[in-house]
Amino acid sequence: MPVLLATFQAATLVLMLAITHRPLGAFMAHIFTSDKDMALERGFYRLIGVAPRTDQTWQSYLRALLAFSVIGFLLVYGMQRLQPLLPYALGLPAVPPGLAFNTAVSFVTNTNWQNYSPEATLGYTTQMAGLAVQNFVSAAVGIAVAIAFVRGFARRTSGTIGNFWVDVTRGTLRLLLPMAVLGAIVLMIAGVIQNFHGFTDITTLTGGTQSLPGGPVASQEVIKELGTNGGGFFNANSSHPFENPTGWSNLFEIFLMLVIPFALPYTFGRMVGDKRQGYSILAVMATLYLASLVILSALEYAGSGTAPMLAGAAMEGKEQRFGIFATTLFGTTSTLTSTGAVNSMHDSYTALGGMLPMLNMMLGEVAPGGVGAGLYGMLVLAVITVFIGGLLVGRTPEYLGKKIGPSEIKLASLYILVMPALVLVGTALSFAVPAIRTDVETTSILNPGNHGLSEVIYAFTSASNNNGSAFAGLTGNTPWFNTALGLAMLLGRFVPILFVLALAGALARQDKVPATAGTLPTHRPLFVGLLVSVTLIVTALTFFPILTLGPLAEGLR
Amino acid sequence: MSSSRNGLRTTLVALRAMIILTLVLGVAYPLVVTGIGAVLLPGRAGGSTVEVAGAVVGSSLIGQSFTDATGNPLPEYFQSRPSAAGEGYDGAGSSGSNLGPENPDLIAAIQERRQQVAAFNDVEVDAVPPDAVTASSSGLDPHISPAYARLQVARVAAARSLPETTVRELVEASIASRDLGFLGEETVNVLELNVALDGLEG
Repeated sequence: MPVLLATFQAATLVLMLAITHRPLGAFMAHIFTSDKDMALERGFYRLIGVAPRTDQTWQSYLRALLAFSVIGFLLVYGMQRLQPLLPYALGLPAVPPGLAFNTAVSFVTNTNWQNYSPEATLGYTTQMAGLAVQNFVSAAVGIAVAIAFVRGFARRTSGTIGNFWVDVTRGTLRLLLPMAVLGAIVLMIAGVIQNFHGFTDITTLTGGTQSLPGGPVASQEVIKELGTNGGGFFNANSSHPFENPTGWSNLFEIFLMLVIPFALPYTFGRMVGDKRQGYSILAVMATLYLASLVILSALEYAGSGTAPMLAGAAMEGKEQRFGIFATTLFGTTSTLTSTGAVNSMHDSYTALGGMLPMLNMMLGEVAPGGVGAGLYGMLVLAVITVFIGGLLVGRTPEYLGKKIGPSEIKLASLYILVMPALVLVGTALSFAVPAIRTDVETTSILNPGNHGLSEVIYAFTSASNNNGSAFAGLTGNTPWFNTALGLAMLLGRFVPILFVLALAGALARQDKVPATAGTLPTHRPLFVGLLVSVTLIVTALTFFPILTLGPLAEGLR
Repeated sequence: MSSSRNGLRTTLVALRAMIILTLVLGVAYPLVVTGIGAVLLPGRAGGSTVEVAGAVVGSSLIGQSFTDATGNPLPEYFQSRPSAAGEGYDGAGSSGSNLGPENPDLIAAIQERRQQVAAFNDVEVDAVPPDAVTASSSGLDPHISPAYARLQVARVAAARSLPETTVRELVEASIASRDLGFLGEETVNVLELNVALDGLEG
């Protein structure tokens, strides 16, 4: 019975995504290749002072992206520091500098790691005009980078990869904003609140008092999922009934997280002129997604471990209206995209079940990954895969007619190295430096034993992958974690983007070489299998040792 | 020189873009959504409040405690799940316990809750369902499982001097099926059930 119900639930999701895959993918291909601007956009370009028909080199594209992100950071940081002066601050004080730095970085990098409890820290203006704005534009930045990378494959002997301002504007105004308005209405129908009531004190049925929260939640909840951001309006994130009230709102939010990432492979296929290439990327993403979902669900249903077995099921940190499968479906989705929203407390999962969200992120969030970031991450792995395929048969590898030479493979390799380096160095420093170790062990870690190490591994994995979910028992609002996780988020976002855009520039410059008998076809099941294997092997080799010290040690005891 | 002028130009473009986008996405958009909510869905956008005799006693989406002033469970009310939000069901402090599966504190807490729930309802400890002894993710879970609701019927009926069948019928009627028959789990909304229970006698 549970298996049947779970299958129906998953099948409904697959059906919804199958229906939207083509039209949304084609729509995105259209908006990012069209040379017509809407009147509104022309006005916007005039106001900000850019010429929309001027394409940029990869260096200019990167410079614009960085300037946009720095300004975004300063605005979010400033709003937090000046919070008491803003309307609807709910009487909350200014956010201290260390926490404000971490939070501003977190939202500009599409991470949405939260070292703060929103109810006790942020007023409505900071959430709406600071955080939610970044929820839109950081998502648009991710999509823009993916599109620029795809142009690198699509263009021949070109010095340019598109215009950053046009890509971000169209991604925001034509794609994200209309979808967000519709999605917010759907969420309000489910019961997600949208008001400016502040906290209302009421007398409960038995004469006690309770403080009911208000807030513009639906408008933020929808873009939090749609833009794979994940930052909750409330501390309990999407397990809070005002963010995610019922079984169907839960499925709808899962759909929102996946709809753009699973449609982008179609956009990619369209833009490189060979839809089969998009389908093979989609097949790799779907395979990894389904495998991860089945494993996590089986582990949580089995409910092994002392506390779950004593209680009779792994229901600690889970909501009754979701039960096991609606929880694992959400958790898998949130950590295989870069969302990081939670409808359950991952810290309380079974030991091996808790390893799955970590593994999902360690894969590099490519199945299907965050909006844009998932596609460019997967395409970098595809470059690595054709290179390995080329080594095996002794030919110069090529992908989509572009030669993968020494400079291309160097950039791809550097891309792959950034995230693991940040995760492992960050975790190691937390325990290697005596003063930091004491602070981490006494102040930050909640659970004793191996599980405590898992909390720290999870934190750096989440930050470096710009996910934002947590083993939330960890107290992150300390000088060490505010700084170290802040840096991990910054470097984990912008260093890979640097390599992707450089790679886009290098590919765009090349002419296309015709496919020969020695070319590895990249639209066949063989390539799909190779790419799945490369993704798994890269991750397993890198992270197996540290996982044995955390979740594996706890789960196999 | 020209590159630094270039950098300044880009920064100004970014600044103007971010200010305009903040006004559109951070002010106009949420206000439009709020307006739509206020006109089309005032009850839901406003927090799905539950009223008894004209006074708001809670939200049907936010769980609450049914205890006396000292925190002891009241036998005449159906009890919610354990809560890790503040002192329990703190609407301003949503939170799970975040305790791991091998955490001694969690193991001890579950053990104690099993004993307490079993004694309170006069049943065997093995009859106590999982949701009765585990804290939810939000700390504000408004629901319990049908199994936990049924377990409490005899106790509630006795405390209210009502026939057990009356209370049992009310519980069965208040079980909400899965959305569309397969999304999520079956639930019983504790506040709504208790309000209906008070209504029986009113």
